[in-house]
Amino acid sequence: MNPRRRKLLLSVIFIVAGMGIATALALKAFQANLLYFYSPMQVAAGEAPTARPFRIGGLVVEGSVSRNPESLAVKFTLTDTLEEINVTYDGILPDLFREGQGIVANGQLLPDGTFDAFEVLAKHDENYMPPEVADALAKAGVKLPDSSHYTPP
Amino acid sequence: MSSLQSFLHMGGYAIYVWPAYVLTFIVLILNVILPLKREGQFFRALVERKKRLEKAQ
Amino acid sequence: MFEYFYKYGSPRHFYDLSKMFVPWLGGICLILLIAGLTGGLFFAPPDYQQGESFRIIYVHVPSAWMSLFIYVVMASAGAISLVWKVKVADALARASAPLGASFTFLALATGSLWGKPMWGTWWVWDARLTSELILLFLYLGYMALQTAIDDRRTAARAGAILSLVGVVNIPIIHYSVEWWHTLHQGPTITKLDAPSIHPSMLVPLLIMAFAFMFYYAAVVLLRARYEILENERNSAWVYELTEQRKG
Repeated sequence: MNPRRRKLLLSVIFIVAGMGIATALALKAFQANLLYFYSPMQVAAGEAPTARPFRIGGLVVEGSVSRNPESLAVKFTLTDTLEEINVTYDGILPDLFREGQGIVANGQLLPDGTFDAFEVLAKHDENYMPPEVADALAKAGVKLPDSSHYTPP
Repeated sequence: MSSLQSFLHMGGYAIYVWPAYVLTFIVLILNVILPLKREGQFFRALVERKKRLEKAQ
Repeated sequence: MFEYFYKYGSPRHFYDLSKMFVPWLGGICLILLIAGLTGGLFFAPPDYQQGESFRIIYVHVPSAWMSLFIYVVMASAGAISLVWKVKVADALARASAPLGASFTFLALATGSLWGKPMWGTWWVWDARLTSELILLFLYLGYMALQTAIDDRRTAARAGAILSLVGVVNIPIIHYSVEWWHTLHQGPTITKLDAPSIHPSMLVPLLIMAFAFMFYYAAVVLLRARYEILENERNSAWVYELTEQRKG
């Protein structure tokens, strides 16, 4: 390899490696800001901001959803299996919202420890299967989010 | 509901599923047509240039 | 070995090869597309949670994979053209950029159409979506550089450096869903244990992914062929091509 090509090759490696290291350091420094949501445990540990709105993510506890029959207001409990937090919300829920489902709520922590959400988004998991397979798994005792929302045509 | 209708209905998600597919195929087709058109233009321009050169001689 | 490489990497030879391969690659792509679409739209069952809306997966996931794959090809071709001055690598990098940008746009747009009914929002600024948007800007920046710089060799070098600087974004996009809490779900197929998607849904997805691969191979050759003509517009062999076309 002639010296000019060697020099060029080295500079290519230098660009890629340099950008890699710089970005890794920058991302490490901003780690906390890159989290799209906090878990109930982080909230319990006081890691979440109290003065400004933030997002909280977790699973909707089975049987915890209570809807107000006259309005869109809804109350439910979020869990990360370690800590729980009560959430109140007044608005339209996404199609995937159901008990056992992972969701992300955006809002503010009230002094009494409940989370007042102004936005609720559903976070679906990476599992895809036909309804029959889900039923079979459910019968076999595998824990899956409630699939009652889907009715075959 | 006929089976074609229910297929087009996509369980109520038609307004999300079909635009996704249509958009994809529009973009894929454009990416074939545009370079072919440009190649045609390139050769037409080249032929023009050749004619001009032949005239000048 | 390098002699062989330079011979077959010569613009003229590449032009002929491209003419030969494009119809075959395009044909295979069409067959795979038809198979993948029938499988995905008719035969795959609806998802137990997302119902029919999950069918967007068949255009969204292959587009997202291609957006990353094409970037790696573009940056590698850029590095090769930078170090070894292979003209064909230049043309391949230049031809890849609009295709990569198209697939990145499609991944974002179809993802948005999926996100609205399922997540409840068109867009969120989580790590996965934001890094994919940065990828789109990298492609667009590369394309802007190519049009802004008149001298094609300088443009190719500047583009190669830009694409190498952006390579760091590729692992970030891929691992974003594992490194940080994101609204976007984790990997289904590329994780180390068994894919968590039922085979009846997985097979059409893989067919669509191969269809998009062949599409890229066919169209990148088509585009690179044009880039080569532009690069070599003053050479005798391009001039001779007009004879064939008229006849």
